[in-house]
Amino acid sequence: MRLDLILRVGAKLILPFILLFALYVQFHGDYGPGGGFQAGVISAGMVILYAIIFGIRAAKQVAPPRVVEMMVPGGVLIYAGTGAYTMLLGGNFLEYTPLAHDFLHAHEWGIFSVEIGVLVTVCGTMIAMFYAFAERGRS
Amino acid sequence: MILANKAVENAADHAVAAAAANPPGITKLTENAELFVMMVLLTLLAAITLAIIRQRNMFGVVILAGIYSFLMASVMIILDAVDVAMTEASVGAGISTVVLLATLHLTQSIEYPQRRSVLIPFFISVVVGAALVWGTSGLPAFGAKTAPIHGHVAPTFIQYSADHKMPPNIVTAVLADFRGFDTLGEVTVVFTAGIGVLLLLQGGWRVTGNGRRSEDDDEQQGMDSSGGTA
Repeated sequence: MRLDLILRVGAKLILPFILLFALYVQFHGDYGPGGGFQAGVISAGMVILYAIIFGIRAAKQVAPPRVVEMMVPGGVLIYAGTGAYTMLLGGNFLEYTPLAHDFLHAHEWGIFSVEIGVLVTVCGTMIAMFYAFAERGRS
Repeated sequence: MILANKAVENAADHAVAAAAANPPGITKLTENAELFVMMVLLTLLAAITLAIIRQRNMFGVVILAGIYSFLMASVMIILDAVDVAMTEASVGAGISTVVLLATLHLTQSIEYPQRRSVLIPFFISVVVGAALVWGTSGLPAFGAKTAPIHGHVAPTFIQYSADHKMPPNIVTAVLADFRGFDTLGEVTVVFTAGIGVLLLLQGGWRVTGNGRRSEDDDEQQGMDSSGGTA
């Protein structure tokens, strides 16, 4: 464990940029490639890299299992909740036009909120799966 | 019209439409270069598949599968499907490799030699493979403008987002807006799969803080389940 100094320092340098890239992919999805799914996997990959290099216990302090398990259904709820909200505003399920007065703004808000839901579920599922596999190896 | 052209370019693998916007000489050169890179990538894919078949060390197989995914992501980039390439690189080469390595940690990493005859499986693979290759002869030519997929709903989506000046990446608009309900289904699939894996691997008991289930928890669980069945 002492000999992997380069790995540790290198990982620490890379980790914030991975997260930044995930956020870029998430919020720039309207203009460039990517979206919630890719951003979720990339940010989950960041936590997994952290867990591989610094140990799973350290990773669990960054992303507690309880929070991760809540993220799995939470994203679906955010997604479906957006649809329910548009229904409350008088539109159809997932019809974004009533969200704002301007057509474009309404659709940008709708896509934004839905993509957050995708990000949360995908990220939570990937991290939870990794934790589950890593836990099996220990006991 | 310019916006519509740009939209078509961004939307997916509309190689033909993109080529129409470029000068013919450059297009020819790009097409040849793409063809060459594509041939190299596909040859490498075939070589890696053969290596995976011959490899008996599971660790090697996992690493080769990761390389396979990266090559596949490169193929997707050449096909202008950048979103798919990103997904393939991050899921196929990243997360699956990690999960497979974690699985190898639990099992042995050397495959036992096959005792049974391989004739019947070999015969079935050859027949199925031949049927698939025969099936490709019925597909429209690669990048053909007249392919059914480009004539169904895609023009409507492109026209609609051009009319309403929606964001340039139509892939996002199609996934999250035009077909938002489909994507809700996909997210539910991811959710269901995640819950299923967690239930199978954690076995219904609550994993405690230090990652080991204690004897008390186990007994509690046994009592709970017996109570449930009675």
